[in-house]
Formats: sequence, C-alpha cells, structure tokens
Amino acid sequence: MDFPILSLIILLPAVGVIPLLFLTNARSIRWIALVFTAADFFLTILLLVLFQQTSHQMQFAETLEWVPALGIAYNVGVDGISVLFVFLTALLGWICVLASWNAITMKLKEFMICILIMQSLMIGVFCALDLFLFYVLWEAMLIPMYLLIGIWGGPNRVYAAFKFFLYTLAGSLLFLIGIIVLYIEGNQSFDILMLMSQDYGFEVQFWVFLAFLVAFAVKVPMVPVHTWLPDAHVEAPTAGSIILAGVLLKMGAYGFLRFSLPMLPDASQYFAPMVIGLSAIAIIYGGFLALAQTDLKKLIAYSSVSHMGFVTLGIFTFNNNGLMGGVLQMFNHGITTGALFLVVGLLYERTHTRQISDYGGLMKIIPVYTIFFGLFALASMAVPGTNGFIGELLILSGAFEVNAAAGVAAIVGAMLAAVYMLSLFKRVALGTAATFEGPTLLDVNPREMSGIIVLAIFAIWIGFYPKLFLSILKPTLDHLLTQVLGT
Amino acid sequence: MMEEQAIIRSLIASSPEILAIVGACFILIGSLFMGRRLGVLLTISSLVVVLLCAIVTLGVLESQQAVYGGSFIMDPFAIFFKCLIFLATALTILMSGRYLEQENIVEGEYHVLILFAMTGMMIMVSGTDLLVIYMGLELQSICFYVLVGFRRQVVGSNEAALKYVILGAVSSGIFLYGLSLVYGLTGSTQLSEITSVFIQSSKQDPMLILAVIFLVVGLLFKVGAVPLHMWVPDVYEGAPTPITAFLSVGSKAAAFAILLRILMDSLASLSEIWIDIVIVIAVATMALGSFVALAQSNIKRMLAYSSIAHAGFALLGIIAGGEQGVTSVMLYLLIYTFMNFGLFSIVIMMQKQGPRADEIYAYTGLAASHPVWAFLTLIFLFSMAGIPPTAGFFAKFYVLLALLEEGYVWIAVIAVLLSAVAAYFYLRIIMLMYMKKPIDDFKLSLTPALILVLLLTGIGTVGIGLAPDWFLAQAQAAFFSDTVIVSSATGP
Repeated sequence: MDFPILSLIILLPAVGVIPLLFLTNARSIRWIALVFTAADFFLTILLLVLFQQTSHQMQFAETLEWVPALGIAYNVGVDGISVLFVFLTALLGWICVLASWNAITMKLKEFMICILIMQSLMIGVFCALDLFLFYVLWEAMLIPMYLLIGIWGGPNRVYAAFKFFLYTLAGSLLFLIGIIVLYIEGNQSFDILMLMSQDYGFEVQFWVFLAFLVAFAVKVPMVPVHTWLPDAHVEAPTAGSIILAGVLLKMGAYGFLRFSLPMLPDASQYFAPMVIGLSAIAIIYGGFLALAQTDLKKLIAYSSVSHMGFVTLGIFTFNNNGLMGGVLQMFNHGITTGALFLVVGLLYERTHTRQISDYGGLMKIIPVYTIFFGLFALASMAVPGTNGFIGELLILSGAFEVNAAAGVAAIVGAMLAAVYMLSLFKRVALGTAATFEGPTLLDVNPREMSGIIVLAIFAIWIGFYPKLFLSILKPTLDHLLTQVLGT
Repeated sequence: MMEEQAIIRSLIASSPEILAIVGACFILIGSLFMGRRLGVLLTISSLVVVLLCAIVTLGVLESQQAVYGGSFIMDPFAIFFKCLIFLATALTILMSGRYLEQENIVEGEYHVLILFAMTGMMIMVSGTDLLVIYMGLELQSICFYVLVGFRRQVVGSNEAALKYVILGAVSSGIFLYGLSLVYGLTGSTQLSEITSVFIQSSKQDPMLILAVIFLVVGLLFKVGAVPLHMWVPDVYEGAPTPITAFLSVGSKAAAFAILLRILMDSLASLSEIWIDIVIVIAVATMALGSFVALAQSNIKRMLAYSSIAHAGFALLGIIAGGEQGVTSVMLYLLIYTFMNFGLFSIVIMMQKQGPRADEIYAYTGLAASHPVWAFLTLIFLFSMAGIPPTAGFFAKFYVLLALLEEGYVWIAVIAVLLSAVAAYFYLRIIMLMYMKKPIDDFKLSLTPALILVLLLTGIGTVGIGLAPDWFLAQAQAAFFSDTVIVSSATGP
C-alpha cells in the first residue's frame, strides 16, 4: 500500500492546528477542530476496513530516515493491537471536542490546539515502530496534557498538573535508560521489530524490565504509583479526563504488550507473579477506594485503577484467554470509562458539583441521560450483554488457569465494582429528586447525544458480538504468545 | 625558506584571532568618533567583526598540524568551538543594544571587551600548549571581570565583579600551579609532548596526581562545577544580563573545549587518576544545581543554578569519553547555547518591568497577554528540562547514550532522576505564565534585534530537536580523530 494512510492519520489533527492559529471566532474554532477530528476518525474506520485480519505482521508500514547516524527512523505501522487503539483514540478525539463545546469558556483556541496536538501524539505513539520515535512522542504528550490539566482544570489544578507531570517524567526517564540499554545490547538499532528478534541475556532483561515496569506502571497506573491518577482525573476538564482514562492509561499496558513481553520474554515470565500480585492488589484496593468516595469523578478514577488491574492481570497470565481478555478490556475500559467521564462531565457542566450527595432522583428529572448513565455503569461493572463482561470473563478464565488466588481476587474486585457502581447509580439516579440552583436541568441535547450514542453502541456491540474485535486481535496475540513463551 | 613558510602558515592559521583583535582595536578608536548614534554603530561594527572572523575561520584550510612551533592548532575541533563562540558572541551583541540603553551604559569599551573576550576563548580552544591556553584563559577572564562589573552604579554588579576577580584569580593560580608541576615532570608545556611522556609514566607518582588534580580543578572552576560553583549565582545575578548569557555559554564552552582536549587527549592515559574525581564532581554538580535551583525566586539566580546542573550533565560526556562522549559534550554545548540565550533574551525582554523584573513572579500570567512570547519561553523551558521534541532532549539523550555505551548505568540513573527534579523549577515558571492570572500589565522591551535573537534561538531549539542529524554529523566530524583515545578502553 503506497498511500501513506498512517502518516495522514497521525498528522491530520496536527495540521488542523494551522487554521486554528488564524481564527478568533469561537464558533469556527470549534467547527474546525471537530472537522479535523471527525475526518481523522473516518480515516481510522477506513484503516480498520483495509486491515488484514489474518496477519500478525505490521501493516501500512512506512519508513523515513531521521537520524541515520544513530539508526533512528520515522518508522510506523500497525498490527492487530495497535490498530484498535488508533481507532479508539480517533473515536474519543471528536467526542472530546464535542464534550468541550460549551464547557470551555476561556482560551478556547489554545484548548483545541492542545486537544489536536494531543491526538496526533497519541496516535503516533500507537503507530511508532521505532523506539526513539515512540519515546519522543510518549514524552511530548506530557506537554499538552500538563497544560490541559493545569490551565483548564478545577480549583486544585496546578497541584494535579505538577503531580501528573513529575510522576510520569520520573518513570519515563528510567524507560529512556532502558531503551538506550536495549539499543546498545541489540545491534545499535531502534527498530522495534529488530529489537524483538534479538536475544538478550537474562541480566539485561531483568534490569530493563524493571526500568520499563516503572514507566508503564506509572502510566497504567498500578498500585502503589497510582496516586497521581485521582488528582489528575478530578482536576482535569472533561475532555482531559476522557483522554486520560480512555487513551493515556492504555499506553502503559500497550507498553507491556509492545516492549516488555516480546523483547524481554524471560524477565516477563520471571516477574509475572509479581505483576499478577500487584494487579490483584490494585483490583481489590482500587475497588475499596472507589467504594469510599463521595466525589463522582474520584469514584470513577479509582474504579479505573481497579479495572486496569484486570488488564495487567490478564496480560501477565500469558495464556490465550487472559491475554485476549486483557487487551479487549483495555479497549472496553477506554469506551466505558471514557463514556462515564463524558456523562459525569455533562452533569457537572449543568450543576457545577461533583459531590454524589448533592444528587438524587435524576431519573425523574433527566430520564434519557440517566438511562445512558445506567448503561455505562452496568458496562463498567461487567454485566452480561455489555462489553465489560466479555473482557472480564476472558481474564477470569485466564487467571484461574495460572493462579487461583489472583482469580479469586479478581472476582472479589468484580463484585466490588457491582457494589460501588450500583450504589453510585442509586444515589445519583434514584430516590427523591434533588433540587439544584440555577436553571432547570436539561436533558442531553443532540450534540451531547451523538458521542454518548456511539459509545453506547460499542459497549453493546462488543457485549453481544465481539467477534470482529477478537478476530482482529487473534493473530497478533497468538504471535505475541509465541514470542513470550518461545515456542 | 622553511622558516618563512612556517611563519606564513602560522599567521594564516591564526588569522581569525588577528582579525578579531585588529577589529576590536578599530572599534575602540572608532567609538570615540561615533557620536550620538554610538549604540547602533557599535552593534553593527562588532557584528561585522564577528561575521568576518567566522567567514575567515570557515575559509581557512583546517589542518591537523600545529603551528607556532606546535602550540596552536586549527583543527576541526577548534573550528567547531569557534563557530559556537561566534554564535554566542553575535547573540550577546544583538541582545546588548537595548539593555545598555536602559541601563545607561552605552560605551565603546563594552563591545571591545566582548570582542577581546571572544578572542581569548578562540585562543583557548585552539591552544595546544598549556601556556597558550593559559594566556587565552586569562585574556578571556580579565575581560569578563570588567564586563561583569560594567553596571558601575549598581552595588550588586560591583560585588559580582569583585567576587569573580578574587575567585577567578585563585583558580588561575591553581591552574598555573598545575601547569608548572606538569612542566617539572615532563619538561614541556606542549600537549603532544606531555601526552607521550604521560603514557609511559607511573600512575602512582604523587607529583603527577597532584599536577593532574590542579589542572582539572582550575578548569572546573570556569565550568562552574561543584565545589567551585560558589561564584556562579552571585556573578550571574550581578552581571549585565547579556554578559551573564555570554558567560554561561561562551566561557563555559571554551573551558569545556580545553577540558576535552586535555582530559581526552593528553591526560587520557591517566584517566584512572581523574575519572573518579570527575564522576563525583559531575554527580555533585547536577545534584546541587538541581536542588538549590528549586529554592530560587530570582530568575537569573535560578538560571545560574540551572547552568550548574547543565554543566554537571555535560561532564557526564567526559566521563563516557571516546568519540561519542566527546561528541555528546560538543552537541550538548551547542544546544545549550540556543536554549540558554533564548531564555536570557526573555529575561531581557522583561527588563522594563521595574526593579522586580528578575523575580520569577514577574512572569505571572504572561501567556494571557503575550501568547507568542510565552509560548517561546515555554519551548525554551521544556528544552532546558529535556522534554522532547525540543533540542534539550536530544542533548541529554546523546550524553546518556554515550554514558551507557561505556557501562555507567548507575550514573545515568542518578542523572535522569536529578533531571526530573530539575524539571520542577522549569515547570514552575510555565505554571506561573499559563496558569495564574496576571498581576499587572506587561511592558515588554522588544527591539528588532532582540526579536531576531528570540527567533534564531527558538528555531535552533526546535530545529535541532526535530532534525538533529546535521548537527550531530558536524559534531562528529569535528572530533579530534587523529589522536589515540585511550580512555574509552578504561571504562569499568
């Protein structure tokens, strides 16, 4: 395929920044941002259609020399895993723009620029097949994200932005050292496929794995380095929360899939019990923390910690079901939690409070909204018929094959999820209707509905018929398993 | 005949230096007749001198052979550093115009001294004889002593100059003492002869150890490495801002050039003596610079500590040694030139804010009213913090690459953790600019010259980050490849 579709998908949002620079009218700024993100989304649909489902090879690959002296190249391509996340990122992109339509009143232009650049960088991260390129994009994301939280966030935004930045930076700098060590040990190349085919000694793998683990664990986030997440989520504007939960958290897990497992198989197996243990702790601990929250966004943030625990648990079982479930759950979490932050953001926009106790009986006031809120809450607690069920079921079956205790922990976590989500729904939607100051609460309008509907379709589609997604993943994951297990 | 040819070759090789001195003398005399338009004429004429020197430098045939009886060389390594020095000098002159007017110190001597300081640095980077190097070092230092105290009416400036003179004299003395010890041991001050004697000498000789330590210490003072850093914050704060920028880039680059030439070449065979010292000093320098900068509220002081931290990071390249180590230091200094001058011109831009212009809080809310300049500041700051896609990242990346290649994993880990600490105080300024409401109106002093500096440095900072290939190739080509590098073989 000669047409550089991947580069187009990566660069299109960034190109959208150029017209934005010259616009001053808020209305046209919104529309331009929407047009570029939507066009990007349609391109990714095209990408999914053209994607060969039977192959584990990198597809749509492009190569361009960048720093040949050091073996660095602009090298992109997608396989079954990354194509899904490119799609997810582009999907959430235009939803973010719509979610910020009226919510952002200050410095709208700068905000949209940050969103667009963020999207380019995120898609680039999922496509990068060169470690140096990957790292540059991965680090560069910190800049717009720092600004998104710090400028447009809530009252405590500066603290949250600093915490987010420094946590991630400290983690990724160790990642950088790991990258350079791999480069030196692996034939002086940053080509990811080349690095995968190298055999590293166990000692090298051991230390590099630890360095990678720190970076990815911060991003996922795994207990005990999860403490930046609640702050960042709570303070970030709605779009920022959606990006954080929907895409950024996936990058940690994606890092495990793309680097740790195939490049450092021995160390991955060696550390698997530890990671599984940490995941089990995250599932239960995150669940209990979520149970105790009085703030809507904080509750969802802690539920993310718990759900991402499922993901890492699934990945490190190293069997078909677990791995498949883990990756699918990554996608699911992006859909569901992204949707939850979206609906919570819509509510906050209307009422300006996130305290759960301020709400009640929303079902009577804004029924359509509440139905979708309920749907996403159900998806988040993995009720059969929603996307979460498929993912968690696969993870559980994978976990019990490897470690019964972890499986039990996951079941406890799933039950906790039911408790906190149902109780959240009860407190917010049922009971006597709460009264709010200001104008009457309006139900969702078509602009808000469009994003919600699309996310709801995905939640139910995957819940009933996940075959498309599973078949895209299957060859890649099978290949990944052979890389890890060495058979 | 041979004599004459040698003299002619010597003159040609040193023609940039001769040109710079002659030009400076002309400006000195000319400044008496320039009258009311003194400032502009001085700027233009000194820029012309720098430009001519650059053209001659690039035009003169490079050669690996030392002239002046083996004490001066015009090799690619020297040319690379000279270009860096020209860049720094030109930027300094461009920045100075409005600043001098505001401080009311428009005088011909200022530009002449800058040109003489430049000449001193040029001699330093070309010197292959310890005495020549010392002469360049002193020429440069003495000019800076005067320049630092150029704001005669300001107490802080006088204090800075006095501190710099006294401490600088001590460090020169130490260097000279080391030089005399080396002469006593080897019977020569020429680097090539010193090299061949040192390769055969016993590493246990206490005299030798002492001589090496004295030489290294004298040079580390100019770089501002711990524990010889105490002068840096005071001098940086008190000096006129363009001179601070010049000092932090030019003077430091020249000192690094000598450190590289001496440590990587003449003293390479003695690396087991100095390598541990440099490791300890580099780590201490980074740590002190990063942590103390956190507590600063004056931007010039903060930049002083940040420059200490950066010097520590560049020292890591020397620890790595070998071609990659040397190249990484050179690239680091080049990139540092762009981002540091960028930040200092931002400091000058804010000069009109009154007496508290140098306070970090003066930047509060800058983004609201001046988005372009705030964004440029953001780029410089992120580059300083080493966040991609800026050049600062590539500089750090390449030093780390060289370091890890030699197996110094733990030093690399410490270095990156310290740079995460350092990121905090750069971020703090960005936070103030973007996330706080402005306290009062901004009166920026922007001249075309200053805008030019900002644009050049901005382009450099982003450009090298996005396309580092060409600059990397230049640095690699400038590596003094004729000499045997021993130190790369002596890593742990």
